[in-house]
Amino acid sequence: MHGFANPARFLRLARLLTAPLLLGGALIALAALAWGLLGAPAERLQGDSVRILFIHVPAAWLGMGGWSAIAAASLVELVWRHPLAGIGARAIALPGAFFALLCLVTGSLWGRPAWGTWWVWDGRLTSMLVLFFLYCAYVALADAASRDGEGNSRIPAIFGLVGAVNIPVIHYSVLWWNSLHQPPSITMGQSQMAPAFLWGLLAATLGFSLLFGGIVLARMRTILAHAQAEARLRRRAMEAGDA
Amino acid sequence: MREGLDHWTFVIAAYAIGVAGTALLAGWSWIAMRRAEARRERSREQ
Repeated sequence: MHGFANPARFLRLARLLTAPLLLGGALIALAALAWGLLGAPAERLQGDSVRILFIHVPAAWLGMGGWSAIAAASLVELVWRHPLAGIGARAIALPGAFFALLCLVTGSLWGRPAWGTWWVWDGRLTSMLVLFFLYCAYVALADAASRDGEGNSRIPAIFGLVGAVNIPVIHYSVLWWNSLHQPPSITMGQSQMAPAFLWGLLAATLGFSLLFGGIVLARMRTILAHAQAEARLRRRAMEAGDA
Repeated sequence: MREGLDHWTFVIAAYAIGVAGTALLAGWSWIAMRRAEARRERSREQ
């Protein structure tokens, strides 16, 4: 793990993986979505609106998984001072926010035909909305910290750890409180979902997860390249000043 | 009373937003990365 603390070693691996993750993820996600749109059967109670499952559930998992990864990277940054952990957390924030928002929007589009309403202020929907706002705040904090220099990177890291409290709230909200939202259909090692939906959903989740990984690697490479160019320009300016 | 909504309108809207949004995010991240790495190479050559 510590071997990848070296940015040069990390960049070699990232260059190898970015394009295959993006392309492979796009192909798998598109195939799964095509199955969801054209191959999967309509559900007995929810009719054709159930097809939104194939985009809504991967978006929800990635929104929550993204913040879990931010929390883990924040812990690594605070405890072990891993130089890439903060960059990783910063790179995850924007795609995480996007997938949290996509979950909210597709959930709303599913809720209208299935529940008869676009939105209800229940535990699941509200805690997911809170997650989206947490992402927005993290992006703003991380941008401010990167402008102010390295010393302030502890603030977004602490925020990333504290915000992780919301993840179990989202997960258990449908069990703790009354909700229009259904309880989890897939738990550890168990599924109440018909195979026609389950395999398509797993494929869509795999595809979107690979895409998420590719996007995060591309953003980490962007942040590193900017930092290296800035450092080089600053060094040159100082050398020119000395001369 | 159950409304007679056409489910396909909602399904197509969800898929279009999901696919277009993800494609935009991935494409923008890739282009930003290529530009940043080109800038780094230029700063090395200067």
